[in-house]
This record gives sequence, C-alpha cells and structure tokens, in this order.
Amino acid sequence: MLILHCPCCGIDADETELTPGGTAHLKREGPGSSDEAFERYLFLRENPRGVHFERWRHAHGCGKWFHAARCTMTLEVFGTYSAQTHAPPREILDRIAERRPQERREVA
Amino acid sequence: MSRRLSQGGRLIDRSRTFHFTVDGRRYGGFAGDTLASALLASNRTLMGRSFKYHRPRGVVSSGAEEPNALFGLGTGDRFEPNQRATMTELYPDLTALSQNRWPNLEQDLGGLISRAARVLPAGFYYKTFLRPRVFWKHVYEPVIRALAGLGHAPAEKDADRYEHFNVTVDVLIVGGGVAGLQAARRAGAAGLRVLLVEQTAQWGGRAPVDGAVIEGKPADAWITGVLSELQSMPNVHMRPRTMGAGVYDHGYALVYERVTDHVSGAQGPRHRLWRVRAGRILTTTGALERPLSFAGNDLPGVMLAGAVRDYVVNHAVTPGERVLVVTNNDDAYRTALALSEAGVTVPAIVDARPGGGGALAEAARSAGLRVLTGTAIAGLSGKRHVTGAALCLQDGTGEVTEQIACDTVAMSGGWSPVVHLWSHCGGKLTWDVDEVMFRPDPNRPPTGADGRGFVEAAGAANGYLATADILGDADRAARAVTEALGRSLDDAPALQAEREETAPIRAVWTMPEKAPVKLREKMWLDYQNDVKVSDVALAAQEGFESVEHAKRYTTLGMATDQGKLSNINGLAILADTLGAEIPAVGTTTFRPPYTPISIGSVAGEARGDLFQPIRRTPLHHLHEAAGAVFEPVGHWRRPYVFPRDGETVAQAVEREILTVRHKVGLLDASTLGKIIVKGPDAGRFVDMIYTNKMSTLKVGRCRYGLMCSENGFLMDDGVVARLDEQTFLCHTTSGGADHIHAHMEDWLQTEWWDWQVYVANVTEQYAQIAVAGPKAREVLETVGGMDVSKDAMAFMDWADGALAGIPVRVFRISFSGELSYEIAVPASRGEALWQALRSAGETHGIAPYGTEALHVLRAEKGLIMIGDETDGTVVPQDLGLDWAISKKKDDFIGMRGQQRRELSRPDRWKLVGLETLSGGVLPDGAYAVEEGRNANGQRNVQGRVTSTYRSPTLGRGIAMGLVRNGPDRMGEVLDFPGTDGVVHRARIVSPAFYDPEGERQNV
Ligand SMILES: [Zn+2]
Repeated sequence: MLILHCPCCGIDADETELTPGGTAHLKREGPGSSDEAFERYLFLRENPRGVHFERWRHAHGCGKWFHAARCTMTLEVFGTYSAQTHAPPREILDRIAERRPQERREVA
Repeated sequence: MSRRLSQGGRLIDRSRTFHFTVDGRRYGGFAGDTLASALLASNRTLMGRSFKYHRPRGVVSSGAEEPNALFGLGTGDRFEPNQRATMTELYPDLTALSQNRWPNLEQDLGGLISRAARVLPAGFYYKTFLRPRVFWKHVYEPVIRALAGLGHAPAEKDADRYEHFNVTVDVLIVGGGVAGLQAARRAGAAGLRVLLVEQTAQWGGRAPVDGAVIEGKPADAWITGVLSELQSMPNVHMRPRTMGAGVYDHGYALVYERVTDHVSGAQGPRHRLWRVRAGRILTTTGALERPLSFAGNDLPGVMLAGAVRDYVVNHAVTPGERVLVVTNNDDAYRTALALSEAGVTVPAIVDARPGGGGALAEAARSAGLRVLTGTAIAGLSGKRHVTGAALCLQDGTGEVTEQIACDTVAMSGGWSPVVHLWSHCGGKLTWDVDEVMFRPDPNRPPTGADGRGFVEAAGAANGYLATADILGDADRAARAVTEALGRSLDDAPALQAEREETAPIRAVWTMPEKAPVKLREKMWLDYQNDVKVSDVALAAQEGFESVEHAKRYTTLGMATDQGKLSNINGLAILADTLGAEIPAVGTTTFRPPYTPISIGSVAGEARGDLFQPIRRTPLHHLHEAAGAVFEPVGHWRRPYVFPRDGETVAQAVEREILTVRHKVGLLDASTLGKIIVKGPDAGRFVDMIYTNKMSTLKVGRCRYGLMCSENGFLMDDGVVARLDEQTFLCHTTSGGADHIHAHMEDWLQTEWWDWQVYVANVTEQYAQIAVAGPKAREVLETVGGMDVSKDAMAFMDWADGALAGIPVRVFRISFSGELSYEIAVPASRGEALWQALRSAGETHGIAPYGTEALHVLRAEKGLIMIGDETDGTVVPQDLGLDWAISKKKDDFIGMRGQQRRELSRPDRWKLVGLETLSGGVLPDGAYAVEEGRNANGQRNVQGRVTSTYRSPTLGRGIAMGLVRNGPDRMGEVLDFPGTDGVVHRARIVSPAFYDPEGERQNV
C-alpha cells in the first residue's frame, strides 16, 4: 500500500485512491510506424528491479494523471511530477543519482 | 496428573468460578484462566488430534504459537472452528467442541492411519494417490475428505458484527511486553502519537513469569507503574487483545483486535481490523521457544518449558506430578525452579550441554534438583500420555543410559525472535551462530518511501533475551524511531535490571545428535501436520532442496500455526541433510497474518446491503414499486423485466418485446454513459477517440460511433450528439462510462495536453428514458410541448425543448429498430417525465420494458452489444462495422493496431446470424466444430455463438456468432455440440433478422 504525493492537488494519496498506468514516458507510435516500433510501444516494457518511472492517476481524488519515480525493490519514492512532460525533471534525476550512485541510468 | 495448585496463580481470581463445557462435558475454571489452563486444571490433557495421522495431541504451548489444542468455539450462528485454547480466555458457559476426531476424541478411528504411517511418507499425496486416476474421485478423495480437515465450517450465517478502524499514528508498537512498554513510554514522552498493541489480555509479557527484577522492583510492580504512566499520556493509546497481523508497504499495518471474544453474550463488534498508517513500526513481539526433536516428542505431556512455567506461575496449574526438564540452554532451569518452588517433583534436568548451565543451573542444584549434563532423551514411553523417558548421551547414537519415570516433559530448544512483522515487507534476517537464532539484520530493514527503514525491532524480537538487554534495546529503538520522525528524546539513565550469569546455548537439532533413522522417524517437527525429522530428510534426498520446495512437499509449517514451532527446526534438519549452513538454506517467506484473523474482520461492515456501493437510477424506486426483477450492470441495478401477476419471467420478456414491436414501450436508459467533450479542439479530439470522422457531425445531429483501444480492439460504442460547434455529447455503454471517461482523460492529460479540451462525465446528472414503438410519436404528442414529427425531427436528429412542461433533450435514435425517442431530463425531473409518459401512453398500451427485452430487440435487428459480440479480441471489421471506420483520417486510437497482420487476416472469425434448423434456441457460447482435432485432442472449431435468444417477433430462435469467413458462407449449416450432448445445427444467415431495410424506425 504505497503512498504517493499527487503533484496536482497536493495530497499524499493512499494507494487505494490511485490507479496505476504502467511505464511513463512512452513515445506513441501511430500509423506509418514500423511493426518493430509499434510492438515496442504497445507491448515491450522494462520490468526493472530498481528505479522505475511510472504513470499513476489520482482516480479517487482530483482525477489527474501524474508520474512517479520509484524503486520497485525498496519502494523508495524519489519524487512525483507532472504527467505533462516528455522526461523526468532535473531535480528528480539528481535525487536518483544521489540515492543510487551506482545505477547509471539513461532516460530516453 | 495435571491439576490446580493450591496456591499462587498471578492471573486467576479464585473467588470467581466459571463453568464451561467441552464435547458436552462440564468443567470448572477461574476467571483469568484460558481454556487450555482450565482444561489442564481439570486433568484433561488430550486436546486434539493431528491432521494427517490423527495422533493424540496435548497442549504444547501457552500462547499464539499453539499447534495442537484447537477447538470449535460457540454454537449455531456463533460457531467458529480452529480456535486455540491457549488464546481463548475463559468466560462463563463457554462451549467448545474438540476437532478432527471420529467418533470421539478418545476413540478416534482415524488414529489407525498412524499405524500406516510407514506408507504415508513425505509427499504422500503426490505419490500414493497418483494412480489409478479413477481411484482419486471415488476412493482417495472421499476417504481423505472424511478424515482430513480441521474442524467444521460454520453452517449458519455469522451472527456477529465486525468493523474497520482507519488510523494514522507516528509509531505503532506491536507487543506489550516490557520492551514495548518501555519503548512506548519513551516515544510517548517525546510527544509522538503512539499506538501500542498486545495480542493477549495482559501487559508485561514474560518478564513477570520469569521473575525479572527491574529498578529493584518485581516486574509486576514495575509494569503497573509504567501502565499508569502510559495511561496518563493523551498521545499514547493502548489496546490489549490486539495482534499486529501484517506489515505492508510504506508503513501500512493491519492490526486485529478481538473486542468481545472474551465476554459471553457481549454487545458490539466482535472483531475490529485496524488499518494503520504509521510513520515507524516498532516490533517488540518477543520470542517463541523451540521444541527439541527427540523420539516420541509428540506425546501428550510433552510441552515447551516456558509454557509449563506460564501455567504454574500464571494459572497455578501444573501439567504433571513429575516433570522432566530437557534443554540446550539456561532458560529452562527457570521452569525447573518454578515447579520445584510450587512443590512439583522435577526428577531431573536433562541438559544437552556437556558443560551444563550457568547461575540458574547452580540455583537448581542448590534447590536439590538433579542436573544431568551432556545428556539427551532417547525416547519416551507411554501410548496416549508420557509415562517415562529413556536417557542417553547427546553425542551418541541413542544407547539408553537410564530410565526416568515422569508424566510430563518440559523441553526447551532455545528461543527464536518473532521476526514475522520485520520480514513481511522485506526486512532481512541474519543467523546468529552464538545465540542459535535468526534475528533482524539492522542493515537490511524494510524500507519506506524515504528509502530508510520503517520497521525497528527491539527486545527479544531483536534477539535479546536478558531483561536488562531487552530494556536497553527498547531505549535504543525508541530513540532511533523518535529521531527518524524528527523529534528529540531526552537522555534518560538506563534502567537497572537484575542479570544472572548464563552459559551459552548449544545448537541441538536432534536428540541424540547422531540419532539413527529408527529414532528420527519418531521425532516430530510439525505436530499439527505430522511432519517428522525423517520426512524433511527424505524430501532433501528426493531433490526438494529449496526450503520453499521442502516445505510444500512435506507440508512442514503449512498448518494453522504456520510453523511457528517447527520452521527453524525443520530448516536446520534440511541444512544438515544437505550439508549446508543454516543461513545458506534460509527461511521460508513470512506472510501476513501473523496468526489467523477472522474473515468477518476482513469484510468489516462490507456485507449484506453494505457489501458494495449500489448505483440506482433516479427511477429506481418506481421500478421497485412496479415489481421489476433487477440485474447488476456494473454497480448499477437495472430492471431486467417487469413481470405481471401470473407471468413467468420468460412470458413477461416476450410480452415486453411484442409491446415495443406493436405498441410502445418505455425503457429506463439513465445508466447510459454521458460524457461531455468541450473546447476549441473538441472536434480534433473526438476524431482521435472514435474510429469515425466525428468532427463533421452537424450541430443538431447524432451519429453512432466506435471506440477502440490502441491495440485496435473494439472497446465501446454509442451515439454522439453535437451540441454546438465546440461541444460533443458522447454516449457510452452503461458499464463503460467510467473507464471511457478515464481513457479520455488519459489521452488529454498525458499525450495531447496542449489540446484545448475538457471532458466531464455527466452520466448521473440526467435521467434518460427511451420511448420505443410504432405509437411512440403519438405518446409524445399526447404529452405535448414539442414538435416531434418526422419533418421537425428526422431519424438521428436531436432537439432541446419541453415535454409536459419539463425541460428535455430528445434524441431520435433507436436501439430496437422501432420508431424511438430517447429523452434526457435533469435527474430530479426523471420521475415526473416517466409518470407523464406512462399516463399519456395508457390508451396506447404503453408498458415499461427491461434489459432482456432490450437485448432481444437489438439482436432481432442484428445490432451488436459490447461484451456479447466483443471480448477484447474483436476488431470492428470482424463485426462488419467497416462503414464506421473512417478512411479519410490520418490517425485515430486503434488505427495502427488494426493494421497489424493478425487483425487484417482474411480468415478471421466474423459476425453472422445463425438460424437453427429446428427453430430452437442455440446454447449460449457454443462452438461450431469442424473436421479434425487439435494438439490437445479437442475438436477443431470454426466459430462460436455470441448472442442467442428466442425471438417472439419471429417465433423462433435467433443467434449471432463469429464464424471463420462467416459473411462469405451464407446458407452453410454448422454443427454446435451442446453441453447437453445434443448437436445443434444452424444455418449461417444475415444477422439482420428483422426489418433489414430499417423501414420501421424511419417513419
Ligand atoms: Zn490529486
């Protein structure tokens, strides 16, 4: 039962208020994309044991989507941020680098 | 014999005698007794039968870990099986039933199984009953079912009430022994909000029984002082009879309170489940004593040494007259001393350590007790109870050195910290070779949102067994927790507690160390599930080397006690057999709950009428009054049919259908999803959401549209009305409104966040009523207020206006194929409109119709239903809906998905109508078979039935289905074998069974 801070309404939301939406920062592939690109977009997901960027919706709250950076193993939350972005904000990446110096992770 | 001592008993009140019955026999006990102590006081030592061999079982412990003394408690609608006698506080007229015996506990026929134990080794379910297969159903299963199982499920609906509490605290402290009390006192003084819970009715844990002296006071006196201090702190809450059941992510914990179990006929909730959010969780859960593995250690009369001491000190009960103490550590000497002090004979203390014990051993010798070092038990005599013990050397193979008469054996194999709550959410353990225990590894705690540990273990739960160490560790933990929560703690001087010099424990996993198989076959590890040392060794030899595999193969630790006594001993045997170190073998996973919790407490208030939220339309009460039969549609309740007096449901459905076809019907369509899409980019957005080109829809017009997932599969459908240039009203299916709204929000917020569009789910703002049938227009004209003529309102038009003085929005759309108007009104006006329509339609024979008629009406027209014709693997093209897929758009959600090879394959199963040759009704979900069989030996299939009804309009069965290349195979006859053994034959036809040209709705 995670607690995630909703950056839209400012509430520390219990997991029962939230619905998960899978991996964040996917690039949509539409008509004209190759089968490989479309497969990657639709089906292929990383399932890391460690830092993960996720989509969550404050479904039983303000209704807004947001992103969370979380360690799937330790459940540490590095931060939550607006869903209206193509990449995690600098301060979240800095915090991850500080907390996980050994994990050199490139974010697309 | 076991009996009550004439003096003592710190928990009992000899002035209050309670009577109770077990298996119909009356017994007496005192207030403060448990069911177990009261039975022991009455010389009843046989308390159960084991699960597999039905061997006689006596109580072995005095607490939550008890595997043997399980009873069914209560009667009738308050009966509950598998209750531990050790945790059951005695109350007047308590009624208990023994379990797992037939015909009675004393003469159990299943006990014969134990004679066949040789043929029931580890994994016996997997091996013995494999062949022949037919024996399983007719021989093995009935016999196993009759003999196995613990207790009986209650036959009646639970009469009790349960509830949930939701609380947020700074610190949850689990365990009200001296460590928990001291930690609560310190955290409370620092101003933290503290919840302190204790699973038993008493505070203070083992310290008073063990004779601890704290700050120069006997433990009881010190505890009383701390309790009054805690009670004066408004920020500290304490709950006895409350068990920390589980620890979960981010400081979430479940706490189980037995509110009224200890009171007969009490009012109020029986159990309460606390859903706790804690900043930090402190486990002061103590330790559990381990049994020793020696031959015959499952005989009634063999008990844990600490439990024997509990019964003597707490309840003034001795389990026997001659109690042999056997140990590998110093603590059991306390039991010998307590017994001796109470006047009970201790013929010897058998200590496996060659060097014997420390100061307590000296005290025992001074008290005149005989201490045998380097000695072990080779075996016990007695059939249904211990009558004597044969001794041997611990380091030998079991040659008997001496026989000692005794009626009880008090054993101690050392203490295991209760690390369950530490482990539930990922806390790791470390093996302490010197103390012979797994203890929490402080470097690998379960971590919370801040990346730091949120569980702290203290006291015996952290591996400290001496009172002074326990209190010191409680101070340390309280400080750690307080500082982690950003508070500071004043320095307080360390508490002084008496400490005796102790000798180290010796790891003893079998007695004697080199016991031959003959002895190992009689050494029980798991008393409830009958798992022996030889079974674990056999499992390891057969390749079940992982501790998790060995557990499941032998069923070690899978009983109701979840291996609280047996797990460590079992994995030590496994490690020994594999020649591995204990930490390399590891423990099985600790899973919540710590001890069983009632299903009632899990449900809480969510039962009966409160089981789940029910959504009712604004017209619901009218339908109820009309005698509607309701069906669930998501959380909605919709009228399925409105039977009249004397009608069967089937007759009523037929009447409703014919009413719509020939006269006029009324449908409550309020549950239909209604989503407003509004903004300068609304047209662009609906073009992405729908497969059709919606942006070209003219204001005042309606269009049927399809929504697909990005996979390309059909997800939802409905009619879209354009309200103005920037506003679309999207109707969805009844069950789809919420997730379609969420789907739209997802795309708007996370993909096209720069588009200027708002969406709002207004489903519940409106009541919506469909008026359908050839007389629909006349009814509306009778109501009056709007021009609903063909010229004023053509098919697929909508208009705002007023009917019977009520503001309405009328959509001329049809899901029945008849002339039809759907009328939306503000929810509060729904009832008025429904009544107005009913009275206006009276002369036309108007009648309400339900969802079943709705379904048949649409099937007669060949219209698809989401969830019937679709199942998440169907694309619109499969349903012949290509016309609703725009060829002009560059993109829509699902477009790229539909271009995948599999989804554009020419031989996909496609929608057709199916007409039985007999005129009967095809079975729902039946498959059309074809020649040949697949790899699994099943008939090959080429299609299936998706909707099937009897059509009263056409007077025969009609069905829709998906058939390979179906539309190209009109007229072919397919075979549909039913589960009834009959092969139903049906011809492929067009799905538009009735009025294929649509003339009836276009009038
Ligand atoms: Zn929010």
